[in-house]
Amino acid sequence: MAYIFQQILNALQLGSIYALIALGYTMVYGILTMINFAHGDLFMIGAFFCFLIAVYFKLSFIPTLLLSMLGVAFLGVIIERLAYKPLRNAPRVSAIITALGVGLFLENFTLALSPYPKHIPQLLENTTWTVGSLSISSLQILIIVLSLALMVVLDFIVQHTKAGMAMRAISWDKTIVPLMGVSVNKIISLTFAIGTGLGGAAGVMYGLAYPVIDPYMGIMVGWKAFICAVVGGIGNIRGAMIGGFILGMVEIMVGAFFPSTYRDFVAFTLLLILLIVRPYGILGKPQPQKV
Amino acid sequence: MSQRSSTYDTIIKRWQALTDYKYFWPIFLFVGVGFCMAASAFEFLDLYLQLILIYVGINIILTVSLNLINGYMGEFSVGHAGFMAVGAYVASLLTVHVFPSGAQNMLFPLAILAGGLAAALVGFLVAIPSFKTRGDYLAIVTLAFCMIVKSVLENIDVVGGPRGLLGMEKLTTLPWVFFWTALSVWVIRNLVYSNFGRGVLSIREDEIASDLMSVNTRQVKIIAFVVSSFFAGIAGGLFAHALQFINPRMFDIIKSTDILIMVYLGGIASIAGSIVGAIIYTILLEVLRPLGVWRMVFMPLMLVLLMIYRPRGIMGLKEARMFMPLRDWVTEKLWRKKKKEAGDATP
Repeated sequence: MAYIFQQILNALQLGSIYALIALGYTMVYGILTMINFAHGDLFMIGAFFCFLIAVYFKLSFIPTLLLSMLGVAFLGVIIERLAYKPLRNAPRVSAIITALGVGLFLENFTLALSPYPKHIPQLLENTTWTVGSLSISSLQILIIVLSLALMVVLDFIVQHTKAGMAMRAISWDKTIVPLMGVSVNKIISLTFAIGTGLGGAAGVMYGLAYPVIDPYMGIMVGWKAFICAVVGGIGNIRGAMIGGFILGMVEIMVGAFFPSTYRDFVAFTLLLILLIVRPYGILGKPQPQKV
Repeated sequence: MSQRSSTYDTIIKRWQALTDYKYFWPIFLFVGVGFCMAASAFEFLDLYLQLILIYVGINIILTVSLNLINGYMGEFSVGHAGFMAVGAYVASLLTVHVFPSGAQNMLFPLAILAGGLAAALVGFLVAIPSFKTRGDYLAIVTLAFCMIVKSVLENIDVVGGPRGLLGMEKLTTLPWVFFWTALSVWVIRNLVYSNFGRGVLSIREDEIASDLMSVNTRQVKIIAFVVSSFFAGIAGGLFAHALQFINPRMFDIIKSTDILIMVYLGGIASIAGSIVGAIIYTILLEVLRPLGVWRMVFMPLMLVLLMIYRPRGIMGLKEARMFMPLRDWVTEKLWRKKKKEAGDATP
């Protein structure tokens, strides 16, 4: 029993990281109907910022987290301005390929600058409490609580502020919104900033939980987070959170009860079955097709 | 376009006259096969150049076959490396464990063919979810499929698991690569310009409308996926026997991304574009090798710039004159023009 609880705790930790990244995918998709495939690599950049700040400026945890988030958000906005904005009216696929290109660029640029895996120093004292045979580390609790808090803040921003209202309006109908006096460019930049900032936060937390980072760490995690976003129904913010926790749960549980090499196999087979049963994700609504 | 110099005109005219010549393709194929055989028999090209040419051929097969799904049918498949893996493993299992070692050279085409057929079978399975799901969701299905293939291969001990499979002889020679490349280009070009190909194009433009116009969309999708994965499997078999070593990690999402980049670099829905894209990408990567890691920084940067200034790729939706009869070319040109005037040029 304790083993199961232990695994549930691990699943929550992994799931909250996935959910944070999936939010970035789904927010950008909701507004631009474009898949930002560079997002997984922005997550990696977040971990590297964390490494740089922690090693060269020796700041403590909170400033490191905030600075990394800011840095990644800034990078995200710059990428949007330089690479995606010229393609806003181009065929969708060109934008996707551009995103893949930007992702490759970020990976290989980081690889060229730092060819060896880096080790993130311990920023926080990690105490482990033992309850019965269950061991809970403070780091796990911190990651889960912090990401839940970030998600609550995001949900508040999207549902209850003016900027959030503008975001929802743009994803509803992009042509009408400028007529209502909303600056679409600013809102898109804001969305990119928030989405990639959350990705950066996920990078920092991932770096704390699994301290060895390398430039290619973002690929697999990024694609998996994309899968979370699709499972929840892409474009749907709460769906992305649910999808993240589902994938985290499935991966950890498969790893706990089967040989861990079966993890990807079972996880993706479940995903296929889910997509065949519900082709538009858990919370997604089918788009009626008109001729 | 109005200010063409007269030399350009004459060159184009000569070229058209040349490609209109009845025996152009037989002669081209004959010369190509002869060149390839001579190159591998007398070694007037060194082995490094031959290897690059082999990779160019394999990449052309991959790009042209992926273009059938991503360019002509307008779906977004990101799991092409999965089909390639199936073909590579089946073909190498046959040559390593099944075929007698004396007759490897004779049986090699059979192994490649078997790899292609196995990949085609898997492609048939992937086509089934594509009836209902479209767009990004279908992309996820193909992606998940690619990862499942990799994960299954990692868990089978017979094929070496994560360590990979080795022991293949170097059976992929330049003439064979030329043969399979020419075959795949020929088959896919003829498919696209047949009745079936019109069905594929109509799915890209509007699936429901094409259904109403009595295109059997399910059948068309199945055939497109099967043909595309068949050639991906063949490319996989050739790849395995050129490298003489495969492991599941070679066929992950990064390989798929590579093929996607070649397709969109060359341009969607264009066979000539696919060939150009594959050649440019493969050769540029080799030419830039002295730059070391930085070449992998410049390549994506170039891709991004190309997409910004030429969103449809080098020859998107265009075809070199020699790949189609004049009739088709004029009709499509007129049709595009009309569509552009109506302000609704769909990708």
